Amino acid sequence: MSGVDQLFVQLKHWALARCAGILPEAWQPLVSLLLSIIPLLVIFPTLFAAMVWMERKGLGRIQNRYGPNRVGPFGLLQPAADGIKALIKEDIVPRAADRVVHWLAPVLLVTTAFTVYAVLPFGRNMVVVDLEAGLLFFFAVGTVAELVVFMAGWSSRNKYALLGAMRAVAQMISYEIPLVLSTVTVVMIAGTLSLPQIVLAQSPASGWWPAWFVFTPWGAAGFVLFLIAANAEANRSPFDLPEGESEIIAGYFIEYSGFKFALFFLGEYLSLFAVSALGVTLFLGGWHAPYVVGEWVPSWVWFFLKLLAVLALFIWTRGTLPRLRQDQLMNFAWKFMIPMTLINVVIAALWHWIGSGPVRWLVCSALVIGAYSLLGRGLMRAGRWMPRTYRFAE
Amino acid sequence: MLGEGIIKGMVETARNFLGSYVREDRLTTVQYPEEREPQIENARQFPFLVYDGEDWETGLRCVACQICEKECPPQCIYIVKSKDKKPDYKGQMQFYPAIFDIDLSVCMSCQICVEVCPFEAIKMDTDYEWSTPDRFAALLVHKDQLARPNAYYQQLHPTDAAASDAVLAQERARAQAKARAAAELKTKAAAPPPTS
Amino acid sequence: MVTGPFLILAALILVGAVAAVRMRNLVHCVLAVAVVFVGLAAAYLQLGAQFVGWAQMLIYVGAVAILLVFAVLLTRGGEVPERALFSPGWHWGVTIGAAVFALLAWAIRQSPAAHPPPAAPVQVTVEQIGTALMTHDVLALEVTGLLLTAALIGAVIIAMNDGGPQ
Ligand code: SF4
Ligand code: SF4
Repeated sequence: MSGVDQLFVQLKHWALARCAGILPEAWQPLVSLLLSIIPLLVIFPTLFAAMVWMERKGLGRIQNRYGPNRVGPFGLLQPAADGIKALIKEDIVPRAADRVVHWLAPVLLVTTAFTVYAVLPFGRNMVVVDLEAGLLFFFAVGTVAELVVFMAGWSSRNKYALLGAMRAVAQMISYEIPLVLSTVTVVMIAGTLSLPQIVLAQSPASGWWPAWFVFTPWGAAGFVLFLIAANAEANRSPFDLPEGESEIIAGYFIEYSGFKFALFFLGEYLSLFAVSALGVTLFLGGWHAPYVVGEWVPSWVWFFLKLLAVLALFIWTRGTLPRLRQDQLMNFAWKFMIPMTLINVVIAALWHWIGSGPVRWLVCSALVIGAYSLLGRGLMRAGRWMPRTYRFAE
Repeated sequence: MLGEGIIKGMVETARNFLGSYVREDRLTTVQYPEEREPQIENARQFPFLVYDGEDWETGLRCVACQICEKECPPQCIYIVKSKDKKPDYKGQMQFYPAIFDIDLSVCMSCQICVEVCPFEAIKMDTDYEWSTPDRFAALLVHKDQLARPNAYYQQLHPTDAAASDAVLAQERARAQAKARAAAELKTKAAAPPPTS
Repeated sequence: MVTGPFLILAALILVGAVAAVRMRNLVHCVLAVAVVFVGLAAAYLQLGAQFVGWAQMLIYVGAVAILLVFAVLLTRGGEVPERALFSPGWHWGVTIGAAVFALLAWAIRQSPAAHPPPAAPVQVTVEQIGTALMTHDVLALEVTGLLLTAALIGAVIIAMNDGGPQ
C-alpha cells in the first residue's frame, strides 16, 4: 500500500525529474518548493470552503435548522456563492482610515496563516521544510497575527474596531502562554522541536495501547488545554469576544468589506486549520494510525481524518457554548489555564523520570485529576455571582 | 466540578444534531417560498384603503381628512384633498383623496394611522412580499394599489372587520334615524297644525 | 560576509529604524519597530541561528511590539503631535551619538576579538542550546528566572485590588 501512501511524494519527484530537463540546475530547489507549496495553496482554501459549509450545516442542525440547502445539492455550492458575493461587493475604506495599514492587515494575515503550513507534516515524507525548530517557527510566525489584528482594528478608526482589537490582543497574549506551555510537555517527552520527529515519536507500538501522546495522563490534559487555548487564539466562540457580533459588531474587521473581509475570514480559518493540524501532530499521532494494522490506510488520509475530527469538535463547541464575559475570560486564562499547564509540565517530567509501569500511570493520573479539581474549584468559587466593583470607572 | 455544565451542554447539542436527522418534527424551519406559515389574525404589515361596493374609486371610505397623514410617526403618508365632493356611505357629501400615497420603505407598520382614522377607511394588510429591485418608485404605492374591497378586509381580520362593520352600521342607522326625524320634523312643520 | 540577502536585510532594518524615529504617528513608529524586529530575526536566521531567530520573532514581535502598542494606546491614544518632532538641540544629539558610535566602532575594530582565526562554521542545534542552558549556564538561567518571577509577583501585587470598592 505504500504506493498510495507515497502517491503525492512520487508525483512530485516525477514532476521534478520532468522539470530537470528543461530548467537549469540552480532552479531545482525553487521548483521543488513550489511543487510542495502549490498543493497547500489549493487544498487548504478548498478545506476552508468545505469547513464553512460543514460549520453552517452543523450549527444549523445543532439548532434544529436545516442550514444552507438552496445553492446546489445540500447547499454544497454555498461557499462558492459566498465567495462570489464577497468578490463583487464594493470595497469600502473609511475616509479617516489609515489606508496603508488598513490594506496591509488582511494581506499579512493570510500570508502568515499560509506560512505556518510550511512545517506541518501532512503525511509520511510530506512536509515542505523539516525545520529543526519547527514548533518554535509555528508559534513565532503565528504571533504576527496579533499585530495584524491590532493593525486592522487601529487603522479602521472606529471605536468598535479598536475595542475589538484591544480585546483580541489581550486575549491572544493571555492564551498564547497556555498554548505554548501545553505543547512544551510534548517537546519534553519527544525530545525535539521538529514536528516530523514528534510524529515519529508516536509511531504505533505493537502493544494494545496506542502510542499517541493523547493516550497518556499528561497528554490528555495537554490536548484539552491545547484545544481550549487554540480556540481562544482563533477567536472562536465561546472566546469570540473580540468579534462579539452582538456587542461590538464583528470587532476589528467591522470596517472591512468585500474581498478584504473575505481575506480576513480566510485567514482566520486558515490559522484555525493550522493550529488544529498542530494539535493533531502533537497529540493525536500526526499521520500515524493508532495500531500497526491501521497502517494500510494512507498516512495523509489518517491526517486529514483526524484534522476533520478536530474541526468538528470546534464546530460542536461553537454550537454549544455561549460567549464569556471579559473578566471570566481573563480569570480562566490566568487562574486556571496557566497554572494547569505549568502543573502539566511537572507531571510530564514525572512521567519521564518514574519510568515505565503502572506506578507512573497512577501517580500522573492522580496528579492530573487532583490539580484539575482543585483549580476548578478555585475558579468556580471565584466565578460566583457577586456585585461587581469598578475600580477605574467612577 | 468545573466542566460538568459544558459536557451537559455538549450532550444536548449532540442530541439536537442527531435528532434533527431522524425526527422531522424537530426541525421548525419552514421552507419559505414553497411553504408558508399561516399568519395569525392580528398580523399586520402595511396599511391599505378599504372601499365599499364594486367600484374602488367611488366606494373609497377615505374622506381625505388627513388625520392619518399628521399622525403617522415617520410621515410616510401623502394626501392631496380633492376639490369636489362625492357622497360617502351615509350619503353625506364628502371630500375624497385626489392623491393618497404611502411610502412603504418608510412605513414602520405601527398601525397608528388605523387607530386614528375616524372613518374606518385605512386598515392593515398582511401581505409582506414587497421585495423589489427598485427601492424608490416601486415602494411608493398609490391609492389604486392601496384600495381593497371590504370583503378582503373581512377575510383578513374577521373579528376586527365585524366590529368596524358594526360601527359603520350603527353610524348609518343613526344618520338614517336623524334624517328620518328631520324629514318628519319637516313634514310636521309643513303640515298645518292640527286644530283642536 | 556581505551577501545580497544580508544587504537587503540591513537596508530593511535601517529603513525601519529610521522610520521608527522619524514617523509622526506613534502607532506607525511601533509598527516600524516591529519591522526592525522581524528584520533582525531574519538576520539571525541568515547567520544560521535558527533558535535565536525564531525566539526573537516570538518574543519581540509577539510580546514586545504588542506591549509597545498597549503602552501607546493606553497613554496618548496615538494621536499625531502638532508641534515639531525634534527638540531644538537635536543636532547636538546626533553629533554625540555619531561620536559614540565612531568610538565604539574604532574600539571594536582594534580589539583582537574582531579578528578571530577563521573557524569552521558550527551548526548549533536546539538541543545543544538546551544542554548548555541546563549545565554550563544554569546559574545565569536561574538568576534570570528568579528576577522575572520577582517582577511578575510585583506586577500582580500592583494590579491587585487593594481592599474593597472605592
Ligand atoms: S402604519 Fe404607521 S408608519 Fe405605516 S403608514 Fe400607518 S401610521 Fe404611518
Ligand atoms: S384614511 Fe382615514 S384618517 Fe386618513 S385621510 Fe382618510 S379618512 Fe382621514
